[in-house]
Order: sequence, then structure tokens, then C-alpha cells
Amino acid sequence: MAAPQELQYTAEHEWILVEGDTATVGITAYAAEKLGDVVFVELPAVGTDVAEGKVVGEIESTKSVGELFAPVNGTVVEVNDDVVASPELVNSDPFGAGWLIKVTIPGAIEGLLSYDEYAALIGE
Amino acid sequence: MEHAPIPPTVKVVILRIAAKLSGRTTEGEFLKRVSSEARHTLVWLWPTKTGELMTSSDTPPAEERLSPLHQAHLDAGASFTDFAGWQMPVRYSSDLAEHHAVRTAAGLFDLSHMGEIVVIGPEAGAALDYALAGSLSAIAIDQAKYSLLLSRSGGIVDDLVVYRTGEDRFMVVANASNREVVANELRDRTAPFDAEVFDESDDIALIAVQGPASLDILRSVGAFAVEGGALDGEDFAERLAALRYYWSLPATFDQHPVLVARTGYTGEDGFELYIAPDLAPSLWNVLLQAGEAHGLVPAGLASRDTLRLEAGMPLYGHELGLELFPAQAGLGRIVNLGKEVDFVGRAASEIGPEADARVLVGLTGDGKRAARAGYEVYRTAHDSQAADSQRPIGIVTSGALSPTLGVPVAMAYVEPASAEPGTELAVDIRGTRFSYTVTALPFYSRKKN
Repeated sequence: MAAPQELQYTAEHEWILVEGDTATVGITAYAAEKLGDVVFVELPAVGTDVAEGKVVGEIESTKSVGELFAPVNGTVVEVNDDVVASPELVNSDPFGAGWLIKVTIPGAIEGLLSYDEYAALIGE
Repeated sequence: MEHAPIPPTVKVVILRIAAKLSGRTTEGEFLKRVSSEARHTLVWLWPTKTGELMTSSDTPPAEERLSPLHQAHLDAGASFTDFAGWQMPVRYSSDLAEHHAVRTAAGLFDLSHMGEIVVIGPEAGAALDYALAGSLSAIAIDQAKYSLLLSRSGGIVDDLVVYRTGEDRFMVVANASNREVVANELRDRTAPFDAEVFDESDDIALIAVQGPASLDILRSVGAFAVEGGALDGEDFAERLAALRYYWSLPATFDQHPVLVARTGYTGEDGFELYIAPDLAPSLWNVLLQAGEAHGLVPAGLASRDTLRLEAGMPLYGHELGLELFPAQAGLGRIVNLGKEVDFVGRAASEIGPEADARVLVGLTGDGKRAARAGYEVYRTAHDSQAADSQRPIGIVTSGALSPTLGVPVAMAYVEPASAEPGTELAVDIRGTRFSYTVTALPFYSRKKN
């Protein structure tokens, strides 16, 4: 997995790693910390077409429910079964083993935030 | 520091320890010292034979309410949440770790946001018998009692723990969000009695040690002594071990007063310590250090919420509210219709709720999907066009994936016809129905020795 500085971000506190025509999506350490201990993750099935901005999954902590938004248009090609079985991976390694889904993307993605822009957004 | 003259209307409060701490100070010197320290010394709680002293500070409420332990929380890396206008720790590291620590070892909670309202006077007991749903005049000195403040129409204004700290005085502990309404109601309701009401919330901090290791941790702190007793702490350790649930022990910490009560809101053994705000940080640090070897960790409000939920304890604003009768919340026993005097809400309580009024139940699910506050309850998991399937029969008031039990648990108000334990119901969790079974509360009870 890439270092946080090399990832792109959304204002919904997701990170995106683009490799070729595949985007890997997770939530940021900031989001994981705000949620608290994640106890349940629901992800879309492989093959699902997702549309940017639409809810595709849920991340529940003991205290609250967070929605996973598709940050891009595309088709789900892989989901992280490990994180479904062990939701605490979202807290312990949000940028690595806590990744959520991989989506094939038709082309370049517009409108994502750089590391610095995201850091400014969360006030760090 | 100069002390304001004692207003004639203000009855005061002072330490019984005054004369007894001597050997090192004369009574007069001690009183002078107490006077100079009055703003940070808990001198209201228990009575003295030696006199009265004005102690209430006139500190105006801060714009942004911070606990006297705020710096300790920052140092510990806490995340904060707004709770009833207070910035309080929601967690330090992990909700789950803090929850498990309380179930298996101990947790340290800052509850300084709670309201402490002191009622003092020859008729304080009778005044509270009229103001509250229970029979408070019947409890012994040092005893505590869970009670309710009812509206005239029988609804729940707040739930309270009342401590009797002297023949003529009681401390009423209210939820932070209800502090002012409770203080005002108590003032109004006790006006006809020879008793006075003081909102001491700003001058009292509250620290809770909860969990099976609590007793050992408190016993290991050398700075505690029984109020008025020997200062070697041995007496304290013995008295603490003998202290029964819902009883309290007037004590000292570094020779300053602290009320140590065997009460709590987690379903575990534990203690709540009422102390002056200035002394709270040093008590907090001493407890953290003493507790370290026993597995104690600081614990935030997130774990407190899942702990009390597992223990089936209601939370004001969730399971309790003005529109609910105690009987609906399973608290009918708290309303003492047997007492021979009138009390606010009595007439309405005697009539009680409508026969078909919803009642509080526990719900247990399987899987991992937590029913949360506000979700609707249905009779059937099958979402069909049938009228019976479409009509909600209840609403969830609290819910989480139980950290101890590993299954989702919730409390909900449901129609009485669906309230029997074992009844299969369903909760609509964001558009999908999941099966839940009505379960007798609490979900979790500790093993008692």
C-alpha cells in the first residue's frame, strides 16, 4: 500500500489509490478515529456498478454509523473480506489492511483532493 | 482570600472533621484554614457540631463548560464530545478496550458534568418526600437511593441518585442536562418546608472507579482516610470493603473531604467519588497510578453508554422522558404510592398510563446489525403489504453491538402485546428488517461473590 502522502482523498474522508484502471478505496485514519471502534462493515458485492457519490456500504462503530460513498464511477472488482471478518482493521490500519473495495474506473478521476488539501480540510 | 459575609438565608455546611483533625491544628486554626480554602474544599456535605460556614462559590458558569479534569484528559489524548454543553471525553483510545477494561479490571470516569444539588434543613427529608417519587426521609444517614423527579402529570423530569449525608441534609445528583430544571423544581417544591436548596454542581467534581478491581485500587491509595478517623488509611480500607451497594462513606483525600459512594452506572462493582474541583486532578492522577497495576484505564462516555446499556440501565432522553410514566420504563417500584404523604405527580401516578401505552423492553438480535435509537420496531421481519407488517409497534431508544455479548442489543418501547420475553420482533435498520427477540433486562449481570 502507498504512503498517505501518495494517496488522493475525498471530502467524505475516503482515500483512493489509483493503479492503472483500478482504484482502491478506504477511509482515512481521521475518519476511523472519529468513528471509534469499527464493529461492522458492509461492502457491495463484486460486480456491482457504483456511481460517484452514492452510498455503497456501511461502516458501523459502537457509537455511530458511517456510510461509504463511491468516490468514483466504476464496477466493484474486489472487496476486502478480511475487513468484513475483522472490522477492527479499519482502525488499526486504515491506509493498508483496512482497505475496503477495488473499483475499475473508466478513466482519469476528477475532483479528488491531494494529501495537503485533505490535511487542510481536517485542520492538520 | 476574603470571604463574603454569610447571607442570613444561606445555611451552611461544614466538616465534622474540623475539631477531629487536631493534634496538629486547633479547631480555631482549622476553621480559619477551611475558610481560606473554602472555594476548593467540599465543606457542605456533612454537618458539624462546631458551627456553620459559608462555602458556596459564586463562580459564574463558563461559556464553554470544561471539566476540572480537562487538562488531564488532554494529556491522556482523549477525544471529546459535547455532552449537555460540556466538553467531555468520549474515549481515550478505544471504546471497546475501555468497555472491556471495566468488565474485567477497572475504568476511571470523569463525571464532573453531573449536577449536585444539596437540600439542607430540619425538614429536608419531608421536603424530598414531597418533591420526589420515593420515600427519602426513610433512608439512613450515608445511605443512597435511586429516585425520580416527576411532573404533576406523572411524567419523568429526571432520574436521580439521592445521598443522605446527614440527619438534615441530602445530595441530589441529577443528569447534567437537567441540572437547572431539577434545582428549580426542588426550590419550588421544597419552599413550604424548612429546608433550603443549593445548586453545588460547579463546586463538586465527580470521579467514578468502576470494575471488579475497584475495591483493591481504592484500598491501595494511602491518601484516603475515614472522615474523622485515623489518618493511617487502614480504617478506610476496612470500612470501604464493608461498604454496601448504595451506601456512602464520608472520607478524606489528602485531608480534604471526599464522599466515597458504592454506586455506579456500569453494572459492575465500583465507587463514585465526590470531591472539590481543585482536588479532582490530584485524585484522578493518584487513582490512575494506583490502578495501573490492576489494569485500570481512563474510560470515556462512549464506553459508559455501552456499559449501562448492557446493564439495562435507562438513560434520560433515551429511555426516560417527560412524556413517559415510570411504570412504562419498568420503574414503577421507584414510585412509592405507599407513602402516607402527598408528592408531586402522585395523583397522576395512581391513575397511571393507558393500558395500551408502550413499555420498555430489551431486544437481542443475532448477527452484527445494531438497532439504534429512533429505528422502528415491527411485529414481523417480513416486509409485506399486509397492514400488520406495515404498522410500527415500537421504537428503539438505545442500541449497540454489545461488546461483552457479541450480539446486538437494544432497548425499545413496544406495545404491551409484544412485550413478553421471547416474542419475535423485527427492527428496520436503514431500510432492511432484522429479527430481534424480546429479552428480559438486564442483558448482562456481573457474577456476584
